[in-house]
Amino acid sequence: MNVTVDAVSVHLAGNRVVAGVDLLVADGEIAGLVGPNGSGKSTLLRTLYRHLRPSSGRVLLAGEDLWRRPPAASARLVAALPQERATDFELTVTEVVAMGRTPHKGAFSRDNAHDKALVQGALRQVGMDGLAHRPFTGLSGGERQRVLLARALAQEPRVLVLDEPTNHLDIRHQVELLAQLRGQRTTTLAALHDLNAAAAVCDRVHVLSSGRIVASGAPAEVLTPSLIAEVFGVRADVVTHPLTGGVLIAFDHVTPLS
Amino acid sequence: MSTVAPASRELKIPTSARPYGVTAVLLIALVLAVTLAVSLGPLDIPAGTVWTIVAHKITGLGDASGWTVSEEVVVWQVRLPRALLAVVVGAGLGIVGAVVQALVRNPLADPYLLGISSGASLGAVTVIVYGGAGALAGVGLPTASFAGALLAFGLVWLIARRGGGYAPMRLVLGGVAVGQLLAGLTSFVILRADDEQQTKGILFWMLGSLGGTEWRLLPLPVIGVTLGLLALLARSRPLNALLMGDETAAGLGVDVARLRRELFVVTSALTALMVSVSGAIGFVGLMVPHVVRLLAGTEHRKLLPLSALTGAVLLVAVDVVARTALEPEEIPIGIVTALIGAPLFLYLLDRRLERR
Repeated sequence: MNVTVDAVSVHLAGNRVVAGVDLLVADGEIAGLVGPNGSGKSTLLRTLYRHLRPSSGRVLLAGEDLWRRPPAASARLVAALPQERATDFELTVTEVVAMGRTPHKGAFSRDNAHDKALVQGALRQVGMDGLAHRPFTGLSGGERQRVLLARALAQEPRVLVLDEPTNHLDIRHQVELLAQLRGQRTTTLAALHDLNAAAAVCDRVHVLSSGRIVASGAPAEVLTPSLIAEVFGVRADVVTHPLTGGVLIAFDHVTPLS
Repeated sequence: MSTVAPASRELKIPTSARPYGVTAVLLIALVLAVTLAVSLGPLDIPAGTVWTIVAHKITGLGDASGWTVSEEVVVWQVRLPRALLAVVVGAGLGIVGAVVQALVRNPLADPYLLGISSGASLGAVTVIVYGGAGALAGVGLPTASFAGALLAFGLVWLIARRGGGYAPMRLVLGGVAVGQLLAGLTSFVILRADDEQQTKGILFWMLGSLGGTEWRLLPLPVIGVTLGLLALLARSRPLNALLMGDETAAGLGVDVARLRRELFVVTSALTALMVSVSGAIGFVGLMVPHVVRLLAGTEHRKLLPLSALTGAVLLVAVDVVARTALEPEEIPIGIVTALIGAPLFLYLLDRRLERR
């Protein structure tokens, strides 16, 4: 299912955080949203999972306005992995993943065999089925992140919206998660900090700076030394990855750009 | 961290498997507690006689020669309605506690956090002190305290709705501020009370009491708590989602602002109803959901009905203590719940801090 962000602006406390963003995610495509801290990535993503209503512009799913659908109807199409993960309440891992079924269920309906199978399957997919009955609050950051991804998968979405999905994950689990994203062909829009991860998994990359899209395209076309210098303010060179033959961005971690 | 999991985690029995057993135990406990409540008192009546009298009153069957008239009056007019009101109020406080904790996303919240009980107290106290004459003559205590609760509700509503969304912090701050304001006014009214008897009545009422319950007091709380439980059960899944945060809930298709508004209205109405028939009984709404979470987990489809049951059992039992501990004097029930609740609260707080 394709996603069109059409001239979306978002104001928060009087400030324009997202300023007239247009972007297109084709059906089955993995799109990356990159940009420095405070560039508006999370805010833009929030308009896709209906936490923030755009102050102007529209978000279209297969041509239909997302915000005109009932909330549950849009949550049956779009699942989110937000940054938020704090809770003081002791839910089990299974209970957290079963929340993914919320938009599919009526007020008094119980989880049936189909729901339970989906929850189990999602837990297996992220490799957390062994911890199904653990309290969620007792997990490490990386384990929590994988459980929350399982919840998004149990939602059976047509579009996945992921805000920093590799945050808190060690390198092995980052690779596993990104491989999983590549393996399934759900339309995905993910905010990513790691430009090399974005270059490796995304079909297209959109670069956000001060609330505006400043470049869009295939990673190799967009992630150039001059753009990285301009948007992120660091020195970098782009070379061929010795293992994969893809794009590898080599940062100069010690010399600030004057 | 996953490779060196502490052993205690491995031993934890999955709470999802337990609710049926817990429900059965609680139902049996409830029947026993009500039986005990109707049996015990200055006039001890055997349990068998109690239930024969009740069966006789309901069905008209049985021979009325097996018991005395005073036994019948004590069972049917005095103790049974009081025990049943304890069931309803306890159930209501348990449910509202669980929901308010989800609403403000803090497991240490309590139904009175939103300021409703202070309004109810102001209404009741005003009628006790000034009700003898003038415009207030003939206004009943329940009516007055319900009106006071509505006043508090309106004020908190006005504060919380600003900035949109009824955010947890605004609800809590609004509730605390309004609660303090109305408590101040209540104290002022109490100072104006001219005799000691009045002051004593006021105190008794503010600390909560189920004394003097008559059958006619029961229908409204029964209907209110039943409807409230159904309305909240219908929102169990959104309530679960709310525990994880507003963004998560929105992503799961919950209209968060609307849900908060609905929860605020339902919990306030239920609190007002309960305070108007029994005064402000503290700690039950705080303790009960915690106990249930330990026994059966946090998921609201289990938590809400089990909190209702646990609240009912607890309040019936506590009322027996309040009635009989210092016979023939009655202790306000809120004092007994506080004596049990405060240490438990500290224990829970400690447990929470240890986990950090």
